[in-house]
Amino acid sequence: MSAIYYTEEHEWLAVEGDIGTCGITEFAQEQLGDIVYVELPEVGRAVAQNDEIAVVESVKAASELYAPVSGEVTESNDGLADDPAKVNADTMGAGWFFKLKISDPSELENLMDGAAYAALVAGQG
Amino acid sequence: MRYLPHTPVDRQAMLAAIGVKDIDALFMDVPEGRLLPGAMDLPHHAGEMSVERSLAALAGRNVPAGAAASFLGAGAYRHHVPAAVDHLIQRSEFLTAYTPYQPEVSQGTLHYLFEFQTQVAMLTGMDVANASMYDGASACAEAVLMAHRVTKRKKAVLCGGLHPHYRDATQTVTQFIDFQIDTRPANPDALEDLANLIDEQTACVVVQTPDLFGRLHDLRALADTAHDKGALLIAVVTEVVSLGAVTSPGEMGADIVVGEGQSLGNALNFGGPYLGLFATRQKYVRQMPGRLCGQTVDTSGRRGYVLTLSTREQHIRREKATSNICTNSGLCTLAFCVHLALLGEAGLRQLARINHGKAVRLADQLATVNGIEVVNQAFFNEFTLRLSRPAAAVVSELVGKGIMAGVPVSRLHPDAPDLANLLLVATTETNTDEDVDALINGLQDVL
Repeated sequence: MSAIYYTEEHEWLAVEGDIGTCGITEFAQEQLGDIVYVELPEVGRAVAQNDEIAVVESVKAASELYAPVSGEVTESNDGLADDPAKVNADTMGAGWFFKLKISDPSELENLMDGAAYAALVAGQG
Repeated sequence: MRYLPHTPVDRQAMLAAIGVKDIDALFMDVPEGRLLPGAMDLPHHAGEMSVERSLAALAGRNVPAGAAASFLGAGAYRHHVPAAVDHLIQRSEFLTAYTPYQPEVSQGTLHYLFEFQTQVAMLTGMDVANASMYDGASACAEAVLMAHRVTKRKKAVLCGGLHPHYRDATQTVTQFIDFQIDTRPANPDALEDLANLIDEQTACVVVQTPDLFGRLHDLRALADTAHDKGALLIAVVTEVVSLGAVTSPGEMGADIVVGEGQSLGNALNFGGPYLGLFATRQKYVRQMPGRLCGQTVDTSGRRGYVLTLSTREQHIRREKATSNICTNSGLCTLAFCVHLALLGEAGLRQLARINHGKAVRLADQLATVNGIEVVNQAFFNEFTLRLSRPAAAVVSELVGKGIMAGVPVSRLHPDAPDLANLLLVATTETNTDEDVDALINGLQDVL
């Protein structure tokens, strides 16, 4: 059973052991509209918390994804390149962006849980 | 009355905000000696007729290429532009410098841009081309930046035969990012081994063909090596008419093809405005700079044109834009498009054959003149001569006789004394037999 964290940039991070899987939230995909392109990080890249790590582009706008925590990229969801609509269809599942090996678990404390994120979205919606 | 919205107080506040003492400090990058020391000594005012007369007198001091036996090239070529080109580009529906700000209203403009992109993609042998850039040099610089984005590597290798203006533009735009340019020395007598210079830090290798000296390059082996090492091959074409005769860079494996489009539809124009050509592979389209026009259908299924992939552009992505050039050379592009449409594929091939044939005959004749050695054997419409004395002096002596013998290499490589005797000679369909005789006789007289 993984723990799911959220960021103010509308990303989710599902943590299992020291691996975190990251994507954008349901709210983010609704706001962006049809996703047409993603740019993913290369495996092995080391990032610090809040570094720009990926790009998501919809018919309306292009925006960055930021690393929710520091770590090293272990996997990118290459399937998104051919079918970016997966992000719209299954945001929390097949629409994941990349996996990180988390280097500093204490950074997870800066992130939100589901309830706190729901409150944030309610405030912005 | 001039409308100046900013008061002196506003200006001081803005200068203080960016930490600059005065407005002159904003121009500190301009070398001393290039700035005017004071106000220009201009007459206060004059009547319209008198202004026209003095400006006409000033213009009369120029020798236009069309009024001389001109063999100038080196990146700018005089070709015959059919009268229909000027007629069509001056129609008020078309007469604008850029893509309009509400582009989809101007379907005619987008339509010709789409046609232009198709022409450039076909000429270069690539999948996709943009709606043009400022000129060949800026397109070259943007191609290097794009290779940096695609590969995330920090070095470019520029061949020694790259036009120095293209080299300089590339150095200028990359100097403020963490990026290294490896410029190879210009050597018209030997072929470079660029493949050996590509390593795991190399984003791209830039090769011009025909190069500054007129040499044609087979890019296939170099493309393979670049790809094996994860680098991109950028091909530069400064004389686009050559593509009517030689294998396209795309067919030879180039990843990005940039070029100068002036040769088609556009006069020499004092060196500008020109138009940059930019084409690449489909897989890199999102990293491509510039505007891109696409064809689509409206809600009733009718054909229409739109600007596409605009999310790369600065009005949407701001500082994260793929390129800060999201404009194009609209009118020059239209002239290119109309001229090439008038020529058609067969016409372009014929034009290229005429150019090459004239150049071959001219080179053969020049080779018989004492004091002249033709340096390169394979060329399109331009080649290099080695004279028995510095080429710049020879050229100036012949200008006085109404002959523009070519571009001395020292104009472009002033710091290379070993190249001082080299002269670049270009010939096109506009050169008559009388022009050729004048050049041969002129050179015989002064060498």
